[in-house]
This record gives sequence, structure tokens and C-alpha cells, in this order.
Amino acid sequence: MSDTMTRPATGGGKATRPMIEVKDAHKSFGAIEVLKGIDLSVERGQIVAIIGPSGSGKSTLLRSINHLESLDRGEIWLDGVQVNAPLTGKAFERHINAVRQRMGMVFQHFNLFPHLTVMENVTLAPRLLQGLSGEAVRARAEKLLDKVGLADKAEAYPSRLSGGQKQRVAIARALAMEPKVMLFDEATSALDPELVDEVNLVMKQLAQEHMTMLIVTHEMRFAGEVADRVLFMDGGVVVEEGPPDRIFTAPKAERTRAFLRKYLRD
Amino acid sequence: MGLDFSVVPEYAHFLWIGVVWTTVLTVSAALLAFFGGILFAMIVLYAPRLLAWPTRFFVWLFMGTPLLLQLYLIYFGLSQVGIDVPALVAGIVGLGLHFAVYNADVIRAGIVAVDPGQNEGARSLGLSRAQSFRYVIIPQAVRSVTPPLGNNLIALLKDSALVSVLGVAELVHASQLAISETYRPFEFYITAAALYYLLNLLLEAGLRAVERKVEATR
Amino acid sequence: MDLDLMIKVTPFFVEAAWVTVQISVLSLVLGLAMGALGAWARLGRSRPLRVLGGAYVSLFRGTPCLIQLFVLYFGGPQVGINLDPFTAGVIGLGVNIGAYMTESIRGAILAVERGQTEAARSLGLSRGQAMRRIVLPQAARLMIRPLGVNSVALIKGSALVSTISVVELTYTAQRFIGSTYKPFEMFAIAAVLYMAIIYGAIRCVQWLDARHAID
Repeated sequence: MSDTMTRPATGGGKATRPMIEVKDAHKSFGAIEVLKGIDLSVERGQIVAIIGPSGSGKSTLLRSINHLESLDRGEIWLDGVQVNAPLTGKAFERHINAVRQRMGMVFQHFNLFPHLTVMENVTLAPRLLQGLSGEAVRARAEKLLDKVGLADKAEAYPSRLSGGQKQRVAIARALAMEPKVMLFDEATSALDPELVDEVNLVMKQLAQEHMTMLIVTHEMRFAGEVADRVLFMDGGVVVEEGPPDRIFTAPKAERTRAFLRKYLRD
Repeated sequence: MGLDFSVVPEYAHFLWIGVVWTTVLTVSAALLAFFGGILFAMIVLYAPRLLAWPTRFFVWLFMGTPLLLQLYLIYFGLSQVGIDVPALVAGIVGLGLHFAVYNADVIRAGIVAVDPGQNEGARSLGLSRAQSFRYVIIPQAVRSVTPPLGNNLIALLKDSALVSVLGVAELVHASQLAISETYRPFEFYITAAALYYLLNLLLEAGLRAVERKVEATR
Repeated sequence: MDLDLMIKVTPFFVEAAWVTVQISVLSLVLGLAMGALGAWARLGRSRPLRVLGGAYVSLFRGTPCLIQLFVLYFGGPQVGINLDPFTAGVIGLGVNIGAYMTESIRGAILAVERGQTEAARSLGLSRGQAMRRIVLPQAARLMIRPLGVNSVALIKGSALVSTISVVELTYTAQRFIGSTYKPFEMFAIAAVLYMAIIYGAIRCVQWLDARHAID
């Protein structure tokens, strides 16, 4: 990992630079423009929730930060490193693999690897990418599984787990790379209602540990509880943002009010 | 000895005859395979055991042995029991029976796959067993069996080449006749392959049209 | 039924069956290699390779295997390829079945959910690592059944090499039918042996399937 794009993490006066920074992000799928110039900045240890109707571009934004989608225009920075760096071919491939190791991503549909046990799911990336010994990785994984309350499921295969358990394993898997930020893409949307809380609990725990988190969600109450800041997106733009209290109780934009009315009624 | 495709046009009439006989062989065998397939499927599914079990054995035997071996059996077997048939007829019967067995398997599976609730629904309305079969089960099965039956037909066209071993002047054997006069196997076999490829393209286009029609009837 | 005759000729059939097994196994191995290569080409990022892979599949599935064998064995010497019947048989069958394997392997790889690659990539795994560690192991499981279907087809298809005078089961049966005029008896012996070989192949596939079942 000797890419020249990395600057020292604690350089003089640089400590205040944002953990995640998105500048003027544009993205189209065919004729449909899903991101129309997004700016976003997340400070170290901050928790930002992104809400908005489906099709608003919030998932695309999150996926772009992990470079699962590539922007048409704009820049994305992670802790002083440009994610969508102007590199090509093998050089970009090396760069993006290194950058992704520093962010954890959690998907709506878990995407656990069905042919690997829970333990193997969690240890795969550290073993392959950090060159750690089997024991060191195992110890770390055990600690993480314990943290998400699944120490007893280490040797089970994903097919034997409930949705909530799968998602908790997915969180442990992402944490195993010791990322600087965690990205959650509708992490509880695919879960039965009674399984949502166990996942939310793990996320709250991470919040208390001052993990930098970017959370795309449709759960307003949870967003209000954990987020330092809430972003409302609609039609590919950030309509408004602010502390959760203000956004939920006194939204300025009419579109935000309409969206929240619909949600609070449901 | 280099390649020289210029001899091929001189023997175009050989290949033309080959294409005609391949077509005759394929169409006749396909008809036999289609109706034979329906018959075998009905017997396996609905006939009394005394009839169903031997049929099942026959299906199993024909699915487990090579077509080439079956062609030899039918050609020499028929004459053994005193029925002397021309090679063409033996070829049609052999190909037809072989694929009837595969078609039967497809048709049987297609009928079984229709939700039993469909039959119950029809019967609860007062339809007879035959009416339920005719108006409810069959139309649904047709959709699911059309693509695999089409695949069997494509395989049949290609496997019709095997009938050349009986001396029927279809495309392969016609090529062999041309080769025996010119000693240019590469040129003629490649040309024959190209002709098969064209026939195959035509057949696939036809099958796609049929599939679209079946889809549209829904 | 002429049992005495059947007993007398059976050893020749058993010996021929062994040749059928050898041809089938060798061409299956070649077919798998060709299939892996073909799928790699068809799924790759190089357009010429994709076109080449597509042409391979289309040409070899669009023409009779018998013709392919004849081009190789009878036409080969004209372009400097001189093969003995056995080798020509293995290559002809293997390259032919490889075209079918290409589609099976490609289908299996495409059947693995996109989210699997995304999750692996989001952890920082490279494209190659995601393919090797995550996609291929899952695709392998999906390939076992088509592999079984292809193997059975290959065993029956191996009868074609009798036409280029490889002394395998069908060749032997045909020869004995010609010399004894007992087609039913000869067919029966060959059929039993083919069934036995196919049964063996199916058991192998079932064993693979059980070994690789998920939990």
C-alpha cells in the first residue's frame, strides 16, 4: 500500500479535514440523472443519516463512495485520499482495493458468502489482504462476533442464520478490516420488523465508540436517535440538511415536509 | 496436398441431394418423435402398469444407450426378424424412436409440473377429467415444453448425420460419395459442416417464431 | 437368445468398454479445460476474445459432432495434422463437449449474485480475488449438475468414434452384429455395459454433489 495519494493521517493542521468529502457528484444511468451535483462532508466520528424517497439517489451516493458506482463528474475523498482518483487500469485497481479496505460497507441484502462459515466470512479479507497470521485474525474475529452477539455461531453457515443474525455477521465482516468509516445501505430494510432492533443495537454501539458512519435508511426514529446530522435527498439533490431535531420537527423545505408527513402517517 | 475448394461446386448436386435427404430424414423423424413422444408420455403417466412398465423400460434403455448403437439394432434387427426395410426407413424409425423417448421425458415432466391445484380447481367447477386435461393442464404444459422440445429438434437435425452409417445419402454420406471421387475430405466435410450450420440457423429461427407464438397465446 | 455365443463374445465387449471409459474420461478432461478457457474468453473484457469464444460455441454446437470428427481425422492430413484414431477421437469429442461446457460454466458464473462480487470488492478484494475466492467456489457448485448431464451425453456420444475405427463398445457391437447376425444379443451386451458406465458416472457426480453441498 504505497500509493502516493495518501498523506499522513495526523499532519500538522490537517486534523480538521473531513473524513468523507463529496464534491459536486454527478451520476447518470442512461438518460436518467440520479445524482445532480451532491456536496457532502462528514467529520471524523460524526454520524450522518441520509433519508429520502426511493429513487432519490441516496443509495447511489453511498455506493459511489465505495466506488461500486463510478461518478460521471465530481470528487470523493476519504480521509485525504481521493477515492475516484484520476488513475487508470492496474494502477487504479490497486488504489481502489487499498481505499476500500479503509471503509466498511453493509448491504441491504447482507451479501454474506454462502460457501463460507461465519468465521470464514469475517476472516477472509484480513487473511488475504492484511497478511496476518491465522490466529491473530481469528482472535480479532472472535472479539467482533462477541461484540455483535454471535460468538456461538462462528462455525455455522449463513443459510442457518436469521436475517438479523446475517446482518450482524455482515457488520462484523466489515469491521474486521478495522475501517475508518462504515457505510450502511438500508441495512435493516430487508429484515422482518422484529429483527430490526438487534441490528440497530449494534449500530448504536458503534456510534458510542465514535465510529464515523454514513447511514442510508428509511427509519426516521432510528435516524433521529443516532445521527448527528440528517440529510434529506430527493430527485438527485440534497434538499436540506441539519441536526435531526430541526429536520424532523421544523423542516424548511416543502418537499421535506411532504416526505415526513407521509412517513409519520405510515 | 494443399486445400482446393474449387472442386466443391462441381459436386454441388451431390451436396444438394444430401441436403434434401437430410431434410426429409429430419422432418419425418421429427414427426415420429413428436407423436411418439406424446404417446409414450401418456402411457407412462396414465396407462395400466402392464403397459406402462415395459414402456418405461424401453424409455430407460433408449436414454441410456448411444443412438448409433440403436440405429444398428433397428437396421439389422428388423431384417433379423424378417422385416426388410430400406435404410432410409430404418434411419427414420431409429432417429424418431430415439427422440420420441427424449420428447416423452420432456412432455411427462411438463405435465407433472403443472400445479395440481389447477386440476383440482377445474374439477371443482364440474369439468370432467378429460376436460380438465384438455382445457386446463395441456395449455399450461405446452408453454413449458416448447423450448425443450425445440432443443431436441435441433439435436435431431445434427444427429441425423449418424444415419450416414446405414448408407442413406444424406449430407454426410453424400459428402463421402463426393470424396470417394475427388479424395478431398477436408473441403467437402467443411462444406457439409457449413450447410449443417445454415440448416441449424434456419431451424433455430423457425423455433424462435414458434416460441413467440406460444408465448403470445397467453 | 443365444447365451453360449453371448458368453463367448463378452470378454471382447468388456475390453472395448474399457476403451469407451478411457475415451470418455480423457475427452471430459479436455472438454472441461476447453470449457474453462471458453468461459474465460466469453466473460472477459477483451472484445476479440469474446467474439472468438462466441464463435467457438456457435460453430461447434451448430454442426454435428460426427462432421467435426471427420474434418479432423480424414481432413486433418491435408493440412498436416496426422492423428491416430484414438487421439483424434479424444480431441474431436473433447473440443465438441467443450463448447457445451463453455455455456454451462458461463451460466454458472453469471448465476452467482452480483451482490457477492460487490461485497467482496467492498472489502478491498481485487477483481481476481473476488472471482477466485467468492464467485468460482459458488459457481462450481452450480456446475456439478450440468457436468453430470454433459458427462452422460459424452459417454453416449463417444460411440461416434467407432466411425473412425476406434475399437470401442459400439464398434465392437457393430462388428459382431455383422459377423454373427445376432443384433439383439449384441445390443443387449453393449447396452448393459453402457448402462454400467453411465451408472458409474452418475455415482461420481452424486458423490461430488454431496461433498459440495452447502451445510
